[in-house]
Amino acid sequence: MKSDNVLETLAVQFATLSLVAFGGANVVIPEIHRQAVDVHHWMTNQDFAALFAIAQAAPGPNFLVTTLVGWKAAGLAGALVATGGMCLPSCVLTYWVAKAWDRYHQAGWRIAIGAGLAPVTVGFVFSSAFVLIRAADNSWKLFVVSAVSAAVAFFTKLNPLWCLAAAAVLGLAGLYR
Amino acid sequence: MTPRPSLRALFSAFFAIALSGFGGTLPFARRTLVDRLGWLTPEDFTETLSLCQSLPGPNIVNMSIVVGSRAQGWRGSVAAASGLIGTPVIIVIILGALYSRFEPLLKTRPWIAAPFILLAFVAVALLRLPLPYVLLVLAPISIVLAWRWHRRA
Repeated sequence: MKSDNVLETLAVQFATLSLVAFGGANVVIPEIHRQAVDVHHWMTNQDFAALFAIAQAAPGPNFLVTTLVGWKAAGLAGALVATGGMCLPSCVLTYWVAKAWDRYHQAGWRIAIGAGLAPVTVGFVFSSAFVLIRAADNSWKLFVVSAVSAAVAFFTKLNPLWCLAAAAVLGLAGLYR
Repeated sequence: MTPRPSLRALFSAFFAIALSGFGGTLPFARRTLVDRLGWLTPEDFTETLSLCQSLPGPNIVNMSIVVGSRAQGWRGSVAAASGLIGTPVIIVIILGALYSRFEPLLKTRPWIAAPFILLAFVAVALLRLPLPYVLLVLAPISIVLAWRWHRRA
């Protein structure tokens, strides 16, 4: 049965990626692309780009491109297997590590690691913002939109959806052309 | 964590984060967990995020596991993670299926999708109508219209 093989491949592939995706699912997107397009020929390059765009545009965590890759490769079963494969191993690991982490929450080494990691985390968030801004803002107007959104998020308690809606309206009105 | 949210509260909090998470969930996670619900202090949030980023896997999923487990043990983790992942998985599969069905149409007339995107956004995000109802009303109309356009095209 070919589809059984596909499901097995999906399960093994995403379970492996789940455990090496340090920093988040975006890290392994190029590898998912390579496997889906070049190695297993489940889809074309354009298909992958479209699925990636759908996962980004839909509400929810962005790693859901794995769901769509599984769906394209082996239908509904494929979607569920790929999603489970991507989440379960890292969830189980996180669960146990977090338990141990909380158990030692008075220990000196634990406080030192926590305090040391925090600025690195903030740095990661900044750097991904920087990378996205460089990729997305190819005119000063777009840069202003980013800057205003950042200011609104920082100084107000407004729901971020308002920023997204306003920016979308500006886009529809042709501001970015 | 000072308050101990119930399983249902964990599910709905992460459900809300997932459904407002257009383009990424992190800002919504912070708004919800720190500002709106007060389950985490800003320091807790950064610390928990550090832990979650240092471990493999999607960060926000890891965060649901940690926040859930601190409140209600493994059941809390399951509740939070399923709130986060369950509905978005169904939504992307539906979108993926619609896309592959109507891809040729969208290529020639991309603007016909705009009113539906806008209506769905306003209904769910701004008016806060329950998603299943919005889907039940909008999806059939959208599909029927797309079908008719498809035949004409």
